[in-house]
Amino acid sequence: MGHSRFKEKMIHGLFFLNGLVAVIVLVGIFALLVTKSISAFREISLSQFLFSANWNPTATFVAPSYGIWSMIVSTFMVSLGALCIALPLGIGTAAYLSDVASARVREIVKPIVEILAGIPSVVIGFLGIVLVGPVIAKVFHTTNGLNALNGSILLAVMALPTIISLSEDALKSVPKSFEEASLALGATKWQTLVRVKIPAALSGIIAASMLGMGRAIGETMTVLMATGCALEMPKSFLDSVLTMTSTIAIELGEVPYNTTHYYALFAIGLVLFIITFVINMISDIILHRYEKVIK
Amino acid sequence: MKRFMASAAFATALVLCCSMCYAEDMVQVKGSDTLINVVQKLAEEYMAKKPGTAIAVTGGGSGTGIAALVNKKCDIANSSRGIKAQEVADANVKGVDPKRIVVAIDALSIIVNANNPVNQLTVEQIGKIYRGETSNWKDVGGNDSPITLYGRQSNSGTYDFMKENVMRGEYSSKLKSMNGNAQIVEAIKQDASGIGYVGVGYAKDLAGINIVSVALTPVIGYFSPVDPINVKNGKYPITRPLNQYTNGIPVKTARDFILYELSAAGQAIVEKEGFYAIPDEYQRYNDNVLGRSYELGSRQKSMPVQGEYSK
Repeated sequence: MGHSRFKEKMIHGLFFLNGLVAVIVLVGIFALLVTKSISAFREISLSQFLFSANWNPTATFVAPSYGIWSMIVSTFMVSLGALCIALPLGIGTAAYLSDVASARVREIVKPIVEILAGIPSVVIGFLGIVLVGPVIAKVFHTTNGLNALNGSILLAVMALPTIISLSEDALKSVPKSFEEASLALGATKWQTLVRVKIPAALSGIIAASMLGMGRAIGETMTVLMATGCALEMPKSFLDSVLTMTSTIAIELGEVPYNTTHYYALFAIGLVLFIITFVINMISDIILHRYEKVIK
Repeated sequence: MKRFMASAAFATALVLCCSMCYAEDMVQVKGSDTLINVVQKLAEEYMAKKPGTAIAVTGGGSGTGIAALVNKKCDIANSSRGIKAQEVADANVKGVDPKRIVVAIDALSIIVNANNPVNQLTVEQIGKIYRGETSNWKDVGGNDSPITLYGRQSNSGTYDFMKENVMRGEYSSKLKSMNGNAQIVEAIKQDASGIGYVGVGYAKDLAGINIVSVALTPVIGYFSPVDPINVKNGKYPITRPLNQYTNGIPVKTARDFILYELSAAGQAIVEKEGFYAIPDEYQRYNDNVLGRSYELGSRQKSMPVQGEYSK
């Protein structure tokens, strides 16, 4: 008896430790980003860093400059663009899977959607160069297709699995009584879906899209390959853009350690971390509120 | 629990063992995207001739290669630019002493889409285009169409070489930063308004692109980087040595591999891959670095000193 209780305690402790590891890693990463970033702000003013659009740390003919405003704008542009594409598609698919599709179709489509999440980002980036880019160039009569729109389309594809499966869960957890009441009042199946079920699941769907967006903002390789990486402030979705993640990925490999440039890259990482943290937190709050409402 | 511990210990042992196997005699070569194909080819040939040796060649850009050498993460750093004073200083702090070997000559090639009528440019025009001062093809004798700039990322030696030696100024913020020579070639094939720069090994014999002839000044004349004579007699204005850096004078397999690269067989591969063999003055420079005695007349150009490299 004593032995099995000890075992139980051990296992309890082990899981507690596992839970703790995630927290420690998160706090550790945050602490690292903050301590490294602080050194950057000894030489760069915070407002200049955030709101000037001139980034050229390796300049040799002029003074080096460290402004990430165009990268912040580019990052949001690509991610919001992705959301605009992925949201209708994702909700549509989720509604189809939860309400329209037969069990057989659902069994085939769902795993396929989940496989989509497993495609490496380099592969999707490559498709952006050889497939999406030329199509964009043809459709919009531009000379090339390496632009924000290309990035948005690819990121939409990558965010779709998250949005679809979470939205489907949300739609499924709408109480059956809602649907029955609506149908009993004479509403068609379409009306029930659009006017009752989707509004009831809205907070879950919003949370799903926020998580999808969080993924889009942090994505690196795909945007690096497909968006053209031009520093200039984008004026439209057909301009090349340079996102924060691309800059870190390109420059961190060769930057001399412990220089202002090195610290500035960590500062970009910190800005990125704060953005995704806020997005995830908001989606978490919405999700919790939604759980309460349903109960 | 016990079983878990045992398997954990086994896994650790396995990882340790593997990393040790790797460390033994595996020569890590890292850096320049311009050099990667030719050095990979050289490594393949060398390993075929010397069974039991292992040479891993990876890319990432010259800056990445030199950073890896400074941090002792590779044995040989490929670099299409010279090492910077700051990098030497960083290396010395870490006890690394970078030594330079010149393995090939590149004629940096300016490429445009095959449908672009512009086939010659001066160095000054190229500089103006990349600095963003000239933004329409009609200003350099082409169609009335905006110029789309394709270049490399800042970890590229070619990016630096262009900036320091051709443009002598900062890049336009409109520059699209591509992830390697091959990506620039692909982009130029598709973009009728594009201009790009790549190592000559990437530009030769390709459909869909034109290689621009370049003049230092129009009076001297325009020369193509594809013609070996223009490059060897120095008439093509943008040539550069392609380098490898090692920590101290290379020893063991790394040294033997470098000697193979510099041998007649190695230099033949360099030329076959589209780059140019190194001239005598660089061979002498390399001999000096490697500590090989150089006896004038005792060997022909590109031949190894007896006993050092043997087939």
